[in-house]
Amino acid sequence: MSDLTSLSIAELREGFRSGEFTAREIAEQYNAAVAGARALNAYTVETPEDALAAASAADEARTSSELGSLAGIPLGIKDLFATRGVDTTAGSRILKDFKPPYESTVSANLRKAGAGMLGKLNMDEFAMGSSNETSAYGPVISPWKAADGSNAALTPGGSSGGSAAAVAAGIAPGVTGTDTGGSIRQPAAFTGICGIKPTYGRCSRWGIVSFASSLDQAGPMARTVRDCAILLEAMAGFDPKDSTSLDLPVPNWAAGLSSDLKGKRVGVPKEYRIDGVPADINALWDQGIEWLKDTGATPVEISLPHTKYALPTYYIIAPAEASSNLARYDGVRYGLREEGVKTLDDMYAATRAAGFGAEVKRRIMIGTYVLSAGFYDAYFTKAQKVRSLIKRDFEQAFETCDLILTPTAPSAAFALGDKSSDPIAMYLNDVFAVPASLAGLPAMSVPGGLDSDGLPLGLQIIGRELDEQGVLNAGLAIEERAGFTAKPKRWW
Amino acid sequence: MSVSPEQVRHIAKLARIAMSDEELERMVPELNNILGWVEQLGEVNTDGVEPLTAVIPNTLRLREDRVTDGNCRDDVLANAPVAEHGFFAVPKVIE
Repeated sequence: MSDLTSLSIAELREGFRSGEFTAREIAEQYNAAVAGARALNAYTVETPEDALAAASAADEARTSSELGSLAGIPLGIKDLFATRGVDTTAGSRILKDFKPPYESTVSANLRKAGAGMLGKLNMDEFAMGSSNETSAYGPVISPWKAADGSNAALTPGGSSGGSAAAVAAGIAPGVTGTDTGGSIRQPAAFTGICGIKPTYGRCSRWGIVSFASSLDQAGPMARTVRDCAILLEAMAGFDPKDSTSLDLPVPNWAAGLSSDLKGKRVGVPKEYRIDGVPADINALWDQGIEWLKDTGATPVEISLPHTKYALPTYYIIAPAEASSNLARYDGVRYGLREEGVKTLDDMYAATRAAGFGAEVKRRIMIGTYVLSAGFYDAYFTKAQKVRSLIKRDFEQAFETCDLILTPTAPSAAFALGDKSSDPIAMYLNDVFAVPASLAGLPAMSVPGGLDSDGLPLGLQIIGRELDEQGVLNAGLAIEERAGFTAKPKRWW
Repeated sequence: MSVSPEQVRHIAKLARIAMSDEELERMVPELNNILGWVEQLGEVNTDGVEPLTAVIPNTLRLREDRVTDGNCRDDVLANAPVAEHGFFAVPKVIE
């Protein structure tokens, strides 16, 4: 039997349908790969029996006409998605042992399409982090190592760090991620894989542990653009249980893929040329512009004048929403409870002190402050106004272009511990990712090449709202021209 | 604006997070650092700009006024740290 873990989801699907191999063989190989890669700390829970059960069902249904689009494909699920009967902790001590009696809409959609689950994927606590170091389970270790011989443990990025590491290491063919301010795109860039955040409202948020509700969006991460399209089609769709869900049909993105960008205008925002970005990243950006030119697209310089205010805006709005969302962790209905205190109020405070990690507490404190009496207008309302201006920047830019090309992150993966003592340095990692989040736009990261240390770098494509197809097509065009085939050398 | 130790104590109380004096002291410069950084928004002229409320235009739907869920008490209580007699149980609040 050949190594099925090296195949893309599209290839697995074809091989399974043609009878070249069985779904059970796929699941068995992946289960073994998962069990053999625990040194990465990518999975918080392994569910090999779930993957096998879905595989058996797929094998039985193989020749029937009702085969789901993901029949025979086992996936990893970020620990932010509620999975019925399987620990769902959002990487936090405060949700220790929480076993939801329900399934998130997105993971239910994937199951309906026939997918099985390999396990739950490690992440920054409540998705608050860019390096996976805030997880209560400890950091995920990137499968990549720098070529400088330092052998330092690198971050896979965050918050979907376990998701990114799993795909890069070949211990999941595809995974779910969530993106509030870059949590799909930055880890995808750090690990040399693809990931797309769709338009806000495409994927239901129901059953996803809330961080910042006006920003949170689910999306897929996988090795290829086509695989992302296949997964996103299965994940997306209207859900009456999420009041912000978009009541629109899900386009057939995979069938619509085309790397011919003739007539498309690709915007290159001048404000994304910032100081301190390594030359390799700007060189890849220039190369990306050339690649898109080669597909028939025309590059145009654009301006997004409020870019520099996106991060500070985000770091008011996201903590504000988080402080409200995380008020539910009170030791009463689920999760941790600290005993040994006398009053109900003391129980709340002691439980939250013991259950939340340092970064989560910091953000709850910031959020509580900016929403508190006397400061609400100066901080929160001001940030919501600047958010309007950031959205307007994009609307105006899209009058002269159809897509926007930027680097995904201002650096390659850094060593664990490098930035964990400086919150603002960590926040700056998402400088290119956050603006599209604040504007609710679809955005994707595609690997473009390696830097001088042999580490992956990503290019980001941002599209008009609801234009996932345009984003995926440009992603495909870059993928075809970049010819990115580098894989981390196995050390785990 | 910067926050004082007393304000931080107040915020921690509002947020229901117990903090020792040492933790509060550590938190003061951390919060001031972040607040100092976000204050650059003051440079932006937002006169006449409406605060953004819905990032993608959408309408709030109304649904039919009928029961769609329920009869799942045991599911609701299944993850409770303490449940008694079909209720969530908490430390005594009235003497």
